[in-house]
Amino acid sequence: MNKTVLIIQREYLTRVQKKSFIIMSILGPLLIAALMIVPVWLATQDEDKQIIEVVDETSLFINKLEDTENLSFDYKFRSLSEAKKDLYSANTTAILFIPDVAITSPNTIQIFYKKKPSTSSMGYIKSALSNTIEDKKLQDFYKVSKDEINAIKTPVRIVSSKLKESGEEQQSGGGVAMVVAFASAIFIYFFIFLFGVQVMRGVIEEKTSRIVEVIISSVKPFQLMMGKIIGIALVALTQFLLWVVLSTALITGVSSIFADEFAAAERNKATIEQMNPDAAQLSLDKKENFIAEVKNNIEMINFPLILGCFLFYFLVGYLLYSALFAAIGSVVDQEADSQQFMMPVTIPLIFSFVIAQNVMDNPDGPLAFWTSIIPFTSPIIMMVRIPFGVQWWELALSMGLLILTFIGAVWFAAKIYRVGILMYGKKVSYKEIGKWLFYKN
Amino acid sequence: MSNLLVADKITKKYQSHLALNEVSIAVPGQSIFGLLGPNGAGKTSLIRIINQITGPDSGSITFEGKPLSKKHIEQIGYLPEERGLYKKMKVGEQALYLAQLKGMEKYEAKTKLKHWFEKFDIAPWWNKRIEELSKGMAQKVQFIVTVLHEPKLLILDEPFSGFDPINANLIKEEILRLRDNGATIVLSTHNMSSVEEICEHIALINQSNVVLNGAVKQIQQDFKEDIFEVTFKGNKIAFTNAMWTGAELLDSKESDGITTSTVRLLNNLKPNDLLKAILPEVEILGLREIVPTMSEIFIKKVQEKTGGNHE
Repeated sequence: MNKTVLIIQREYLTRVQKKSFIIMSILGPLLIAALMIVPVWLATQDEDKQIIEVVDETSLFINKLEDTENLSFDYKFRSLSEAKKDLYSANTTAILFIPDVAITSPNTIQIFYKKKPSTSSMGYIKSALSNTIEDKKLQDFYKVSKDEINAIKTPVRIVSSKLKESGEEQQSGGGVAMVVAFASAIFIYFFIFLFGVQVMRGVIEEKTSRIVEVIISSVKPFQLMMGKIIGIALVALTQFLLWVVLSTALITGVSSIFADEFAAAERNKATIEQMNPDAAQLSLDKKENFIAEVKNNIEMINFPLILGCFLFYFLVGYLLYSALFAAIGSVVDQEADSQQFMMPVTIPLIFSFVIAQNVMDNPDGPLAFWTSIIPFTSPIIMMVRIPFGVQWWELALSMGLLILTFIGAVWFAAKIYRVGILMYGKKVSYKEIGKWLFYKN
Repeated sequence: MSNLLVADKITKKYQSHLALNEVSIAVPGQSIFGLLGPNGAGKTSLIRIINQITGPDSGSITFEGKPLSKKHIEQIGYLPEERGLYKKMKVGEQALYLAQLKGMEKYEAKTKLKHWFEKFDIAPWWNKRIEELSKGMAQKVQFIVTVLHEPKLLILDEPFSGFDPINANLIKEEILRLRDNGATIVLSTHNMSSVEEICEHIALINQSNVVLNGAVKQIQQDFKEDIFEVTFKGNKIAFTNAMWTGAELLDSKESDGITTSTVRLLNNLKPNDLLKAILPEVEILGLREIVPTMSEIFIKKVQEKTGGNHE
């Protein structure tokens, strides 16, 4: 037992001291922080404002296109050719040309630019134009007034709740649940792959450097294998914790630096909105609605449960796969030969990652149910399902099966491992591996 | 001296291939035992069984009179033929780790390692990685790691390979010193001159069977073929005629009027009979018995067996 601890120690320390580990520990949080901060930061930077000159031959759209944060519309009442001539001398970035036939054939509308408007700006312009045309048609052909149109338009929001057998209602998390589900699935997938392959590499290294013969004259092969798997599991946990701690620190640090800037941007917006109270009220309502929804969403998610399950599926899933990776490492002489044995092991992993999207769409469907119970896919799929709420017996069954499979995999891997590590220079077939399972020691 | 290690009728099968067929050897304590045999004869299989890396299909091994068990692991040191260390790990750290796996305390292992590193002139390399070392230096580290925990039984597979003559000699002296201090050494090698030089007993394994077993001196005596080398001045034809039917001339060389002839005595004649016959004819400068080398015995024994099987 003491020797297993020694092996765990070596596996852990040599890896944690590696340059690649240190680089990953720094780069990971930087990436995570960048992913969270950059979009927010970009949103506050509105230097990229586009000024679009509207050449409207129909005169219908005058002041119908509302300015946004990034777009402002300029109405100059001149011909297209004049506007075109001026494009490069004025500070306008594009010309929106609406010919007089636009209402009957809206495909004739054109934009000429010197700086391409973003896809979202184009989308905004398109929907603004089509709304205006629709309103116009409703008024002209059906005599429906603007106010009536507004009264007819009804945005719908559905509150979905799971009705439990006990009669208790549990609202499901919606958008935030999706984010949490997807993030945990990515993390587990990534860590199992990254560290499972490290186990395999470690075994191959010991085998090709022939040190394995020296070591197993001192310890049992099983101790060596488990020492390696557990040692690397601790490395993975350390990396994960470092990422969580460092990226949290980074995000709070950076956001406190930019807090003033954010606040300034907010004030700016507030003054604009004050000048236009109607719109301000509308956008305020929208904003409050959104914040309330997110808040509501977050409250509905059981974070201690998710964290506990994440650690469980992360660790046991890793243990299951890394035992198999260790067995693969023991039967090949070099990493290049490992491909044919990697396939069957990685397929369930990749498969569960691929279907994660479908599971999110329908977290209680039969596909989601079975793949979250079957041990090889359950670490990823169950994590996708949990934020939407699963029943206790499902969770218990999935966890129980995963643990049983893990024990089976270790038994299986140990049988292959102890024969495999002493086989050199021989291409091993599946048939032969099958025979090894029944060798007595 | 009683036997430290006895293997009794060890049989090991790998799928269809029989690696060891009722192999029995007895290694006397505090001696150097040569385990010989051509490649693929089954030496490594036997060594792995003694190291408890694999188990025999049948047969038993006793260590100091008791059945071999896991507790003996710490009393055995093993230097495999295919050397290997963690390439990326630092020399000292790695040596410490391997010593601790053999059950040594960290502090004790460190003190002893420092001593050995001084002795082998590799102390400055303590903090280098193995991949930065030359092959010979890595071999030294590996040798130190094998003997550090002062095992009662040392199993050395080709311990001299990869060393220059100076370092090979250093290792040889260390092996002899370890023997004098009480260790028993099983030496597996193809280097027959070192077998003659340092082994007291040998076992020759060929095609999964022990084909020769015993003390080196005795084996050499057993394989003598009454061959003598005679150095003389005088007429070679007279010399040959004098031997007549008593001896057969195998080889003859002449330089500066001195002839060196190799002859085999026939009909159970003794060297004195040869002397009597040639004394009147030539001036005898020397006579010495040719004892077969271990290399010759090895080749003879292995070919005899292989040839027999093929016919």
